[in-house]
Amino acid sequence: MTAFDRLTERFGVAPGPDPGARSESKPGPEPSPDPVTITVDDCSLSFGELSVLQSVSLSIEPGEFVGLVGPNGAGKTTLLRVISGALEPGSGSVTVGGVDVHGVPSRTSSRLVAVVPQDASLSFSFPVRDVVEMGRHPHRSRFSSPGPDDRAAVEHALERTRTAELADRPIDEISGGQRQRVVLARAIAQETPVMVLDEPTASLDINHQVETLELVRELVEEGRTVIAAIHDLDLAARYCDRLVLLADGSVARDGPPSSVLTGGALADAFDANAVVTPNPVTGTEAVTAFAADREPERLPDRVHVLGSGSAAAGAVARLEAAGVAVSLGPVSSGDAAAETARSLDVETVETDPFEPISAAQRATVATLVRDADATVLADFVVGSGNRSILETVDESDSLVVIETRSFAERNFAGGAARERYERYRERALEVPVSRVLEAVTAAEGNRSGPQSSVPIDSDGE
Amino acid sequence: MYRPARTVAWSAGLLVVLVAVVLSSAALGPVRIDVLTVAMAMLNAIVLPTGVTVGSWSVPVLGVSVPALGLEYAPIFSFDVPATRQIIVADVRLPRIALAATVGLALAAAGTVMQGFFRNPLADPSIIGVSSGAAAGAVAAIAFPAVIPFGGLRLSAFVGALGTAFLVYGIATEGGRTPVATLLLAGVAVQAFLGAMISYMLVHSGDSLREAVVWMMGHLNNSQWSDVAFALPITLVGVLALCAFRRELNVLLLGEEDAHHLGIEVERTKLLLLALASIVTAAGVAVAGVIGFVGLVVPHIMRLIVGPDHRILLPTSALAGASFLVATDTIARAGPAVVPVGIITAALGAPFFLFLLTRREVQSL
Repeated sequence: MTAFDRLTERFGVAPGPDPGARSESKPGPEPSPDPVTITVDDCSLSFGELSVLQSVSLSIEPGEFVGLVGPNGAGKTTLLRVISGALEPGSGSVTVGGVDVHGVPSRTSSRLVAVVPQDASLSFSFPVRDVVEMGRHPHRSRFSSPGPDDRAAVEHALERTRTAELADRPIDEISGGQRQRVVLARAIAQETPVMVLDEPTASLDINHQVETLELVRELVEEGRTVIAAIHDLDLAARYCDRLVLLADGSVARDGPPSSVLTGGALADAFDANAVVTPNPVTGTEAVTAFAADREPERLPDRVHVLGSGSAAAGAVARLEAAGVAVSLGPVSSGDAAAETARSLDVETVETDPFEPISAAQRATVATLVRDADATVLADFVVGSGNRSILETVDESDSLVVIETRSFAERNFAGGAARERYERYRERALEVPVSRVLEAVTAAEGNRSGPQSSVPIDSDGE
Repeated sequence: MYRPARTVAWSAGLLVVLVAVVLSSAALGPVRIDVLTVAMAMLNAIVLPTGVTVGSWSVPVLGVSVPALGLEYAPIFSFDVPATRQIIVADVRLPRIALAATVGLALAAAGTVMQGFFRNPLADPSIIGVSSGAAAGAVAAIAFPAVIPFGGLRLSAFVGALGTAFLVYGIATEGGRTPVATLLLAGVAVQAFLGAMISYMLVHSGDSLREAVVWMMGHLNNSQWSDVAFALPITLVGVLALCAFRRELNVLLLGEEDAHHLGIEVERTKLLLLALASIVTAAGVAVAGVIGFVGLVVPHIMRLIVGPDHRILLPTSALAGASFLVATDTIARAGPAVVPVGIITAALGAPFFLFLLTRREVQSL
């Protein structure tokens, strides 16, 4: 206590110390806060004429990590501000651990909810440690100096966020990513049972993104309840227990990542074509989106893809995302294209590895090619086992070729196969995989390849 | 992490500087007096209550008497100082020095708070129009003494200052919220309007024009102990109350929403800080006129020395402001030409501020 503090206290010019202030912070570096539930009950909010939230209801259980996803302008930040108590909803209520966050003094709500804001723009030269210390404000009485609890909490928060080595640097002289971690440290030092994070990884490089979310995950394991707006859907799927997809101010989907991240839900919310496949490394959902505005207006109904590897996988994913009925095969099980097709529930003729193609499979492929409006040859590998498949392409008169490596590298069936492939190639449209949608549309509309003898129908059919 | 001992050490150091500046200032003037005699004369002037009397108390400003318990005072030291020197030090120089210290303390503290509050390095104590309001009140009292019902210049300026602050706050508040940017703009607009009113009154002020202009330059001429009795209690209480909100000032620098999340009742704290800073400024301006640059430059200098943490910045700025104004007022009254102190502070403060600007330090509030 400084001389000034003592004098001010004696003068009685300011509210006295809060008697509850000290008793709530327990000794030790990490007093695990009592787990609490967040309940958002029918919250609506408008800014003037603009309705930002419409009857949003959510319940977040103790120890749950909920990711808030959705397109820009869906109301994610607004919902987080309503939950943190910064913004009062027009109607509805938010309770945290049974406390109405909009009906209590900010000192009370700040001991329940810590917030990591989106733009941590601090334009003054406080040392990092002092900024983290500000997280202790809700726990301290007006006239107290930082006590051992405060010091321990600050040092602990610095260590957990790996900002201890920055502790004495001025906050305005560290990088944006480091600043983001300092703000997270401040929230940790606040020792609240609930944390609200708005894009905590937005300005971080990939290793710090993962490090930060791992840390948040740890905080959740310790019993904290966390809700975070996360732009990166793959990271959200990887770290969150549950995702809430917000679109146009209301909850579009709510549930485990696998049930929220579906092509249909994402297409509706984001207005983009997207496919969801398992990330081969983490096994969690990986979202790949394609711009919807590049999509041709009139797409073929059915397309068959012959090929393997990433070229075929990419073609299948793009066609499927655009809503084309796509089939694939033959492809050996375990191939990247086969995995993609399986996760997208695409009709596939799958062969066992190293086994020749059966007659039945060949017949199936032949039918698929015949029924398709266009056929895509995507890095098709020809060997003695599947040479006969190449011939089925005769049945297709609108061909698209995608090559990421030369045919010579993919041909294990000799000169005859090469000649046949070259013939197909001459009458096909050759494009990179990213333009497969335009190519199949153009190929279908232009039935005859450049050297085809089939006359061009006026309506393209 | 913040160390209270550092604040105590810096404050104690600056208090020693203030005492030294006061002693030197009291030694300087048309009659040179050695510092030892000054010290003895000042000690002689200290009185302590020795008994209680029942009598009447005349309220300093209102000029009425009320029955009150009085205290009997007696000097506690009786050093041997020549009578003329005792009078020069204790009755001529000391009131002016004490008033300079009070006003410097008030302006520097209020300036520190306003700069932090507005997160703007160009903010000064009168950013929301306190000085303009004081000037309008003072000029009105000087130009139309018959019209102003209050007990004279000092109270008129004080009321004008506070009235303006509350007017600006009222204009900028809507729906329980007072956006800082609106406050700033409302302050500029009200100052412009008051500027017009002041000019109008000056045009019609006749013989009192010179008095009004000198008042507006900011001066400490003819300072009386009654001025000190008016300004010092308000300033001390106000600055100590502001010191109780030092941590809030720090957290408010993070932005209002972050401050809310860290447990601060933002609007209530803003109102309190603004009210306290305005009262303190008004007390200073009412007795000394518009003294510029103290509240702007002193906080910047101290920020460069002790850092931006208000827990140490606010008390040290206040003490440094007191020393600064005592020193500059010494130049104003004992220098080569006797001038209003506002001229000295601006003449010294402006170039220094430009120097800081070119050094970029000002930008990192």
